[in-house]
Amino acid sequence: MTTGELSQWHASDPDNYLPPGLAAPRPWQDGLDTPYWEAIERNSLVVQYCDSCDAHQWGPEWICHRCHKFDLEYVEVEPKGRIYSWERIWHPVHPALQASCPYMVVLVELPGADNVRMVGNLLGDPLRPITIGEEVEAVFEHHKDVDPPYTLVQWKRVGD
Amino acid sequence: MSDHPMRGKAAISGLGETKYYKRAMAPDGEFKMCLESILLACEDAGIDPRDIDGFCSYSNERSSPDRIAAALDIKEMRLSNMFWGGGGGGGSGALANAVSAIISGQCEVVVVYRALAQGQFGRFGQGAVVNEINNDGKWTAPFGLMSPAQSFAMRVRRFMHENGVQQEALRAISMASYHHAQQNPRAVMHGRELTEEIYDQSRWIVEPFHLFDCCMENDGAAAIIVTSVERARDLKPTPAVVLAAAQGSTARNQAPAHNADIYATSNFQHVGKRLYEIAGVTPNDIDVSQVYENFTGGVMMSIVEHGLCSADEVNDIFTLENFKSTGKLPINTSGGNLAECYMHGLELIIEAARQIRGQSPNQVSDAEVALVASGPMVTPVSSCILGVDR
Repeated sequence: MTTGELSQWHASDPDNYLPPGLAAPRPWQDGLDTPYWEAIERNSLVVQYCDSCDAHQWGPEWICHRCHKFDLEYVEVEPKGRIYSWERIWHPVHPALQASCPYMVVLVELPGADNVRMVGNLLGDPLRPITIGEEVEAVFEHHKDVDPPYTLVQWKRVGD
Repeated sequence: MSDHPMRGKAAISGLGETKYYKRAMAPDGEFKMCLESILLACEDAGIDPRDIDGFCSYSNERSSPDRIAAALDIKEMRLSNMFWGGGGGGGSGALANAVSAIISGQCEVVVVYRALAQGQFGRFGQGAVVNEINNDGKWTAPFGLMSPAQSFAMRVRRFMHENGVQQEALRAISMASYHHAQQNPRAVMHGRELTEEIYDQSRWIVEPFHLFDCCMENDGAAAIIVTSVERARDLKPTPAVVLAAAQGSTARNQAPAHNADIYATSNFQHVGKRLYEIAGVTPNDIDVSQVYENFTGGVMMSIVEHGLCSADEVNDIFTLENFKSTGKLPINTSGGNLAECYMHGLELIIEAARQIRGQSPNQVSDAEVALVASGPMVTPVSSCILGVDR
């Protein structure tokens, strides 16, 4: 698929970086990560926090891997990060992505939360050169036409 | 150093491989190929298949020991063992489990086997088509990150960034596998030469992986017979003595959403160190290495983390000339996962044993110690060292 077709996709649905048809994320059945999904639906970025260790943890787990305290709270963190690693994907491995390559996936570390990392898409032109260490900020991408709706945390360069 | 209880006690005594096919090209079913590879390994060793008393495999092998045992009229099964997790990272781990069963007296003849027909069952390289996801895949799949290549490219890019590695280093790994495959008639890519130009112009799968940085998808089966060294000496082939086989992981390597403490790693930092301690050899003693290529970037980190070269030497040392069987750092002398067959890395252990026997299609002269690094960047990983009988 050509980049031109990707541009057309972005032009037609600027609200979503990737086309519909990918799996909708759902909370664990035991409720471990429910607070995260509820928070990002309200445009608030949260991660786990252990008050015994005064340290953030991500991805979610029932226990602090440092001190083994159970049931960590979720705390709001600054929705800013920097690029820790990245990949430009050219070969689609899912039918929904047949017409949307290339696209960018980034690993973002959050300096305001002990450098925990999150995977997301980098919004904007996927062919634009990228540098590890670039500063980015969160964009809350709401998928309201799915039942039940969900939100994804995406990233854009600071200043874009 | 005191003698390690695992060192030099067991040996690979028989090797069996079906013909290797491109995906969906095998005329036989996966289970039939599994039986064929086991019988070939027994024939090679010169033992009666009914004397097999242990079964070891990995990566949720579909051909189960209960069915094999019934099909082959196994007289007395004593071990049915599956290495848990890690996909192709379990290859040398399955061997380690077989060796442990021999040393502990549980078994006398163990078969380590893997049958894989991706043309008949699911392909590893495709994302699942599902409406919802509530496992750890939820942190990546909604962003279009779902295949192994996509999962590992992120780690490899970070390693290249931290160490200033150039794309040419990955290219040399790919070219080494293709170079060796040209001397190996069993190789699926026999007769398909790879040049720098073909590599450079090949399409990206996911940066930094071109098409030729990614393993093939194949159909086939492979098996090895493991016995005590004493028993191996009474058998027909030259024993490939297991000097060491180790498995494991660094701390929190698979922490969710790519939050491993040490991220840019093949996950061999601990296993590699322990492997040499068990074997009683150093990286300088390694004559030839088979390094699992799920993707070339994993080979790069596995070589570094097995001490064969330092991270800041990668750009200089990773050349086709050095990687050839005649070079300073010979790797993947059968063509490996990239160009011989993706038999989930069991074909790499077989090639290491061939080097010890002196029967490789790209024989390294006077090869006495051979390293195998099984699938990198997963948890757990495993690796082994084979040697000549002394």
